[in-house]
Amino acid sequence: MLEANTPSAEIERQSDKDFEAKESTVLEARIPSGPIEQQWDKCRFEMKLVNPANRRKHSIIVVGAGLAGAAAAATLGQQGYHVHCFSYHDTPRRAHSIAAQGGINAAKNYRNDGDSIFRLFKDTVKGGDYRAREANVYRLAQISLNIIDQCVAQGVPFAREYGGLLDNRSFGGVQVSRTFYARGQTGQQLLLGAYQALEEQVAAGTVTMHIRSELLDIVIVNGRARGIVTRDLVTGDIQCHAADVVVLATGGYSNVFYLSTNAKASNCTAIWRAHRRGALFGNPCFTQIHPTCIPLSSEHQSKLTLMSESLRNDGRVWVPKKKGETRAPNDIPENERDYYLENRYPSFGNLVPRDVASRNAKEVCDEGRGVGPHGQGVYLDFADAIHRLGLETVREKYGNLFEIYQRITDEDAYTVPMRIYPAPHYTMGGLWVDYHLMSTIPGLFVGGEANFSDHGANRLGASALMQGLADGYFVLPYTVPDYIASTKLDPVDVSHPEFTSAEAEVKDRIKKLVGINGKRSPDSIHKELGRIMWDDCGMARSDAGLKKALARTPELRDEFWHNLRIVGGDDELNQALEKANRISDFLELAELMCLDALDRTESCGGHFRVESQTAEGEAKRDDANFSYTAAWEWKGPGQAPALHKEPLTFKYIPLSQRSYK
Amino acid sequence: MNFTLRIWRQQSANASGKFVNYQIKDVTPEMSFLEMLDALNEDLINRGEPPVAFEHDCREGICGSCGFLINGVAHGGQRGTTVCQLSMRFFKDKDGEALTLEPWRARAFPIVRDLIVNRSAFDRIIQAGGFISAPTGSAPDANAILVPKEAADTGFDAAACIGCGACVAACPNAAAMLFTSAKITHLNSLPQGQPQRDERTLSMVVAMANEGFGSCTNHGECEAVCPKGIPLEFIGKMNRDLIRALWHRHREPLVIPSVVQEPFHEHAGPDAEESLTLGTSDKRSDESHVNGNALAKGGRKENGIDHPQP
Repeated sequence: MLEANTPSAEIERQSDKDFEAKESTVLEARIPSGPIEQQWDKCRFEMKLVNPANRRKHSIIVVGAGLAGAAAAATLGQQGYHVHCFSYHDTPRRAHSIAAQGGINAAKNYRNDGDSIFRLFKDTVKGGDYRAREANVYRLAQISLNIIDQCVAQGVPFAREYGGLLDNRSFGGVQVSRTFYARGQTGQQLLLGAYQALEEQVAAGTVTMHIRSELLDIVIVNGRARGIVTRDLVTGDIQCHAADVVVLATGGYSNVFYLSTNAKASNCTAIWRAHRRGALFGNPCFTQIHPTCIPLSSEHQSKLTLMSESLRNDGRVWVPKKKGETRAPNDIPENERDYYLENRYPSFGNLVPRDVASRNAKEVCDEGRGVGPHGQGVYLDFADAIHRLGLETVREKYGNLFEIYQRITDEDAYTVPMRIYPAPHYTMGGLWVDYHLMSTIPGLFVGGEANFSDHGANRLGASALMQGLADGYFVLPYTVPDYIASTKLDPVDVSHPEFTSAEAEVKDRIKKLVGINGKRSPDSIHKELGRIMWDDCGMARSDAGLKKALARTPELRDEFWHNLRIVGGDDELNQALEKANRISDFLELAELMCLDALDRTESCGGHFRVESQTAEGEAKRDDANFSYTAAWEWKGPGQAPALHKEPLTFKYIPLSQRSYK
Repeated sequence: MNFTLRIWRQQSANASGKFVNYQIKDVTPEMSFLEMLDALNEDLINRGEPPVAFEHDCREGICGSCGFLINGVAHGGQRGTTVCQLSMRFFKDKDGEALTLEPWRARAFPIVRDLIVNRSAFDRIIQAGGFISAPTGSAPDANAILVPKEAADTGFDAAACIGCGACVAACPNAAAMLFTSAKITHLNSLPQGQPQRDERTLSMVVAMANEGFGSCTNHGECEAVCPKGIPLEFIGKMNRDLIRALWHRHREPLVIPSVVQEPFHEHAGPDAEESLTLGTSDKRSDESHVNGNALAKGGRKENGIDHPQP
């Protein structure tokens, strides 16, 4: 059932029984038996419980205080465990979940428009281009109902109808209205709900919050995750923390592209250090390039800004039919415009999933029909919506987004079409976890964007918030206690030699970074890495391009370790050091992403291999050879990682080529 | 465009700080204010000088990390804008001039380094009552709780606060009343927030005073600089809710520490503060105390430096 290959080797099925016996514990997904709709209930019933009186004797480390982390820390605190929650921010309310705009899905069927748990399950499996685990996705759809209940009870101010009931809208890539939203700030409101629940537990004494603390290593004792090493970002102190369980909820790694919609500090350090300690990395090449972002305007640009996908509900995407068009958009007559999404995908039109929308935008721009200063943009036009709904309605729905756009571009989207272009936004890949969200390191759990589960090769809109909260409120608070109850945990404290050696390694690495004394700033190297990844591991990937990137990244890593310049010491607040440390991990992850992309010669979801497309230029999956999750094992610096495979079977949603025509 | 950046440099909380001038050239109107600082920091690193520490993260005005004073104005002066959203276009008519950058100034926000301050006091105010107790799993169906649209909208307007601290920085009393009232208004407007309404209001108001923030004297500077447009009227709502809570409170009097401290002492804790007693069992409401300026003193931390003249 398992296969392992060096990446460059041709993929062959392994039938060696000895190998299977040796490795079969590595990728045991622990999917419960029985019909899919009963699996989570069965799993919960079979779980072992911890006596309420004993819970405070168990300590749990939660790293990250975004939706998944704050929700898990608060809930485990409510249950009575002793929780230590870590954030590199000055307060847990800053986590990047806060920037999610559009909404959160739930199969409530409040609109009576044909929605159901099964339909949300199906949409998510199909939207993920059949590269997600059915059992996890079904559970996510089930739990979606509880999440909305939970958030409303906390006082999250979702949009309401005049009768006082919750409002819904339809959102990117689906045909039912199942998205709950709070203007364009849904992520903010959900995060503040989780943050408030977390602070309530801090006040109650069940959660200890460690702010401005960044994880730099995971400590494994006798094969189990038993603690972490952190750096105090103000004093530079390196500190060890021991616990019974470690939960990582540290977000995604889109910043490997340098320019992305992620917050500047978002990084892969926690999951990468865990990977180096033995946690397998699932589908690293599955990244999402979001179609509706504001195009790049200057060389100094430090990040890209997302315009909520909800804009595609009313905006119409088009480019001029003529190449090299120079007229202003409003001077281009209707019959000289190409509404390419509506023309190519009549049934979904402007609402096709993100990967499809992004790829089409790239295609028309590559044809020379892109708009704006660098030809890297397409129009998103609200003239029809304003005509149909009236200016006021459009303003009420999207006012804050139009304002963001105006601020950045100095253009008024009410009178001139917006310009948008795709940008890296979300990473479906992440640490491999089983059904319990436990990584291949026992006692190391991973929630939210940091894990690989649920979204397959493409995430649907309004599903990230759903997954983060599902993991945090309703999955980890069951599976983590089950692990505690069913595991014999020897007492371990920070005086254990594993802690001492991990701490020494961390200190060495920091000293090394500070002592390079070269010529290049951390940002200049990060920008260069970003260009490599965007050009060759971005929206379209080719054999030649990926090989080029694979040759270039080790050189750049070498440059980094020999020519980096950090001013200031390691015993003070030093933002350049923080950056450099994160970049050092991106430089290693980038290589694994390219390897994974090279190895997967099919196209699926956000992973588009130019060699694998249909006659119409759509992504062409190769289910015979690639219906698996790629889980990579770190083999040491300079060593080729080993590929393990978790085969994916589709019992409930039959495999079919996605079509949004 | 070219600017002289006059920036507050302070290596750590205990170090003394000073303004240092830097010249920055070739600033383009498309750059954001923070991208200009990025460029300055690249220069500084290349010259072997420590870069300027400033807090930032999302760079789209939602995380609340960023914020400092530009020429004495929190977030730089464009309405409804955080400093990360501020484009250099806004300073077109200041080409060639000096821009002064300094951190939030307030006793309750000690400086960490350069333009970074410690805003943990806000977390402690939230811990005092800025939540609705709804343990995970206990919630009824979402549509079982009807929320009138108006209440939901008011709740949302208040919940839009990003906790950046500009309101405190702009207030002559370094009051945190706009921040605190925003959370109180958010939760107290909603049906779900009613059971804890009084306790929340009382606890948060006390926590706010305990942190060393001053109190409102109706200057309105906070509303003017708030990047999310939180209106001053929420402070009025908070005060009304405070009176309501005191009216409902039949038991012990409420002790609100006031922060009357002139001059400011570095280590003055709550012990050194005068106290103000509000509401007793036989005197259920005392509007004159609450709405008057009895709470409005102190809170402004000067750090022993000259304030720059804008």
